[in-house]
Amino acid sequence: MKRKYKLLCVVLFLIGLIALIVPFTGGADFAVLNPKGVIGAQQKDLIIISSWLMLVVVIPVLILTFVIAWRYREGNEKSKYAPNWDFNLLAESIWWGVPCVIVFALSVIVWRSSHELDPFKPIDKDVKPLTIQAVALQWKWLFIYPEQGIATVNYVQFPEKTPLLFEITADAPMNSFWIPQLGGQIYAMPGMRTKLYLIADEKGTFRGSSANLSGKGFSGMNFMAVATSQSDFEEWVQSIQGASEGLNWRVYSELTEPSEDNLPAFYTLEKKDLYDHILMKYGMPMSDMQMMGE
Amino acid sequence: MFGKLTLDAFKHDWIEVAAGLSMILGALFVAALLFYYKRWKWLWSEWLTTVDAKKIGIMYVVVSSVMLLKGVVDAFMMRAQQVFSVGDSHGYLGAEHFQEIFTAHGTTMIFFVGMGGVFAVTNLIMPLQIGARDVAFPFLNSISFYFFTAGAMLLMVSLIIGEFSAAGWVCYPPLSGIAYSPGVGVDYWIWSVQIAGIGSLFSGINFLVTIFKMRCPGMTLMKMPIFVWSILGSMILIIFAFPILTATLAMLSLDRVLGMHFFTPDFGGNPMMYINLIWAWGHPEVYILILPAFGVFSEVVATFSKKRLFGYVSMVWAIGAIVFLSFIVWLHHFFTMGAGANVNAFFGIMTMLIAIPTGVKIFNWLFTMVRGKVVFATPMLWFLGFVIIFTTGGMTGVLLSIAAVDFQLHNSLFLIAHFHSMVVGGVLFGFLSGFSYWFPKFTGFKLNETLGRYAFWCWMIGFLIAFMPLYALGFMGATRRLDHYDASTGWHSLFTLAGIGAAIIACGVGFQILQVVVSIYQRKKNKDLTGDPWNGRTLEWDTSSPPPFYNFAITPEVETRDPFWEKKQHPVSSPAPVHYEPIHMPKNTPSGLYIGSFGFLFCFGIIWYIHWMTIMGFLGVVISMIVRLSEKDTDYYITVAEIEKTEAESMRGGI
Amino acid sequence: MQHSSSSHVYPDAHQDTYSKTLFGFWVYLMTDCVLFGTLFATYAVLRTHTAGGPSGHDLFSMPYALTETLILLTSSFTSGLALLPSQCTSKYKVLFWFGVTFLLGASFIGMELTEFLHLVREGNSWRRSAFLSAFFTLVATHGLHISLSLVWMIVLTIPVWRHGLNSTSFRRLSCLRLFWHFLDVVWIFIFTVVYLVGGIHG
Repeated sequence: MKRKYKLLCVVLFLIGLIALIVPFTGGADFAVLNPKGVIGAQQKDLIIISSWLMLVVVIPVLILTFVIAWRYREGNEKSKYAPNWDFNLLAESIWWGVPCVIVFALSVIVWRSSHELDPFKPIDKDVKPLTIQAVALQWKWLFIYPEQGIATVNYVQFPEKTPLLFEITADAPMNSFWIPQLGGQIYAMPGMRTKLYLIADEKGTFRGSSANLSGKGFSGMNFMAVATSQSDFEEWVQSIQGASEGLNWRVYSELTEPSEDNLPAFYTLEKKDLYDHILMKYGMPMSDMQMMGE
Repeated sequence: MFGKLTLDAFKHDWIEVAAGLSMILGALFVAALLFYYKRWKWLWSEWLTTVDAKKIGIMYVVVSSVMLLKGVVDAFMMRAQQVFSVGDSHGYLGAEHFQEIFTAHGTTMIFFVGMGGVFAVTNLIMPLQIGARDVAFPFLNSISFYFFTAGAMLLMVSLIIGEFSAAGWVCYPPLSGIAYSPGVGVDYWIWSVQIAGIGSLFSGINFLVTIFKMRCPGMTLMKMPIFVWSILGSMILIIFAFPILTATLAMLSLDRVLGMHFFTPDFGGNPMMYINLIWAWGHPEVYILILPAFGVFSEVVATFSKKRLFGYVSMVWAIGAIVFLSFIVWLHHFFTMGAGANVNAFFGIMTMLIAIPTGVKIFNWLFTMVRGKVVFATPMLWFLGFVIIFTTGGMTGVLLSIAAVDFQLHNSLFLIAHFHSMVVGGVLFGFLSGFSYWFPKFTGFKLNETLGRYAFWCWMIGFLIAFMPLYALGFMGATRRLDHYDASTGWHSLFTLAGIGAAIIACGVGFQILQVVVSIYQRKKNKDLTGDPWNGRTLEWDTSSPPPFYNFAITPEVETRDPFWEKKQHPVSSPAPVHYEPIHMPKNTPSGLYIGSFGFLFCFGIIWYIHWMTIMGFLGVVISMIVRLSEKDTDYYITVAEIEKTEAESMRGGI
Repeated sequence: MQHSSSSHVYPDAHQDTYSKTLFGFWVYLMTDCVLFGTLFATYAVLRTHTAGGPSGHDLFSMPYALTETLILLTSSFTSGLALLPSQCTSKYKVLFWFGVTFLLGASFIGMELTEFLHLVREGNSWRRSAFLSAFFTLVATHGLHISLSLVWMIVLTIPVWRHGLNSTSFRRLSCLRLFWHFLDVVWIFIFTVVYLVGGIHG
């Protein structure tokens, strides 16, 4: 009997170990745990600290479970049997009290981090933030650079070490704007403007996606986010300003037609207040919009 | 004449055809069995028209089990799709079909397996444990069951006629609005959930009144089994939360059908309002599901440790704290909607607070085992599996309650792994534990233990292998609900691992079906002759297996907690002669079935814009109610002679 | 068989059915309260979302709403009279007072439908804006509850007319009366939140 249980425990332990380790090998890219920007880095630190705090409770619970189940099994003559023992003040105080203390500690962390990492909170740096307006469409992302006068689809480029202000909306059902390697996400909603401050601390190409179901082609709503040097960025902007199709209201309306797996596309921004118009589309009755149309 | 319903609604791809056919074949098989064994009259008089809570409970078990099979098949299809749909391949399911499947999976599991399980176990056990003969409103109980079944039927019918929603199990607008989902799918979802929800609401009222008004003499609130306290907490949550769902679904339907603008992005509508309302219901809902599972574990751990449940008062306070707190945490489902730091922080802290009473319960269960004599029967194995999975899942939950962390993990597979740990490891394991624990009580024979163990281990190992990789995938930036992804993401190997885990779970399901079939086959060998196969502690074990339809010939009087255990510790050498009195019982009635059927027609008519059917369904419900109200002959008395005969024949006298 | 003197009874005793049913009905009223609460919350959020269309200030008539309120308040009073011990002795008195309640309730519904028809004819239906959607839904849900109560009133008073008042019909009429009072309270809130606040502030 005893050997069978021992063998079982060893097998289970090994399985558990394998299950824990295998996912983290194989050279896979753990975007959230390998952040490339300070926002993502702070979020990763939070994950690690909080996990350790909670393991203070969780590991004893898991160990206790095995120990207690084993020690007090029916066959074990050595354990005491006290069928009416159903209360102990010290034990109750510990398991009401210790979690309270841990939750209190975590609450402080929650309060501080919610404010520190508020998506609407600007990043503290000397460099002026670059504003990029992101519009979720069906089923692609449109990026408008209001200051540079260009626009892109499913591709966004920016200089490293520069705070980025993403102003996000949608002309589609609710989506969520997410570049995991740089930081957390925020919802993209029609008629509403959300903001997300991110920054890339090094050059690289990062994967971006929509993180909220928005219909048939939602899985294909991926985009490339590329961080380059400041000079490379300016070169890139100039190359688009000269050579691309103009994005006016008519071209935009064609873009709003549903399409999937769009390849990156580039435009010059003919209609300067395109983003504001997209926002207003949901605030006004249709007839007024038509009067404004181009 | 038939509204939007045309022959097009019957056109499906081969997978849906196969699913629909297997459903129809299954139904035909059951019908064939009924013909062969000549049991139609028996089905009608003993089951379909019953108002006995125990039989209604068994019917809930049957419907929930069928829906569990459907939900699990949905899950396997999803896992398979994600194994195959890497790179250029888009798998074997189209995007829309995949989205329908995960929507149906979530809806099935939460509403028809979860809630079905709650009402199954409450109907079966709660009246017995409080020494009552039935619930407060037996006819209402029947209506609740038929509304529940009507909802399940609507979901199943959507497989054959039309389509189901593809907007996720909570169906956020604007995606679920008429502009982006013009088909009938979302309407099927709305009305299937709505009618089942109304059934749930009625059950909440029914069981709450039962607990408050029908406990046997001597059973004060603080002497009730903790299972009954858990049900009380769950029912209080239902009463406060489900009306929110009713109103919200109605508003979504009004938007779609009558062109209103509650949740449209234009004309002043506010989709964020829907999200707030649906989660104001949705969060209490998950506690509605888990509290009864906690209650089951309280019973199982005490019985199989041969010891009193540790910290009874602490457990009651924990239930109270959970009930209260569950109403002030709902925003944690949408930290990423941009509510601002103060609001996010408040809800994050409130969410963490709920971890405290939950942890208290786990410690109390563990300490119930300390200084006990623990028997590792199948129900106890499910409990141990629950502790491991639920605790780790709870930890990831606290992690997610930190808003800034949630920004990275929201809607990723990390979230999926978290809530499946809670719902599978907590709710499902709880019901499976209860199933194997109370099965002998209601059938008169025990389940095959060996097959039960195999089933447990497959579920346990399969679950870990299927869901632990999802935590890793979440950290890799994998979003939920993707029907295909690039090879460059490096996610494929983990999806494959998850697929293997799902296959192991499938074996577990297979073992459970086998266990039931084999146990029925072996029932004469495994008879429960005493009514008390596990050396139980509470009143339900003080009856024969199965109990007589009136539960107790003489209403028990209790003086302590665990009254049956205490009675066994202090046996009376020469019991006083029993004196029976006639027992007042409600008669069977088909009205519940009629009301449920008319309810189904009402919903089907709205979905397909078949106006005459909608009106007929509505009038049918109203008229059936009026007819029922006018009935005079709704109850009867069991004579003393009948009681004496039934008691003598019961297993305690020997069959 | 001696039973302890606790206050707990079991389902056999008829005298228990009244208290069990009324308690259950109160619990149901709480759920209806939450339902209306959800609609009120939605109305409160969407009240100002007029999408360029008319607001409450433009649409509501205070005298009209006040009349509806007085009618409903009176009907609540008469429904209470119907089941007073002094009235219960005679089935005709019970029928009379419920008859008055019914007429008042029906006039309330008539007035409400007229108001709705007027709004729709002017192009201010529930499709016009989120505000109007919320208004129509909140007020019409209340109206639907009142209408179903009127039907219920007829259904319950017929056996009273035929056989007089017994414990079963008394129990059911008590539930109906509770429901009627409850709907009156909800209307007070509607009058305040929708008509008073909306009518004055717009």
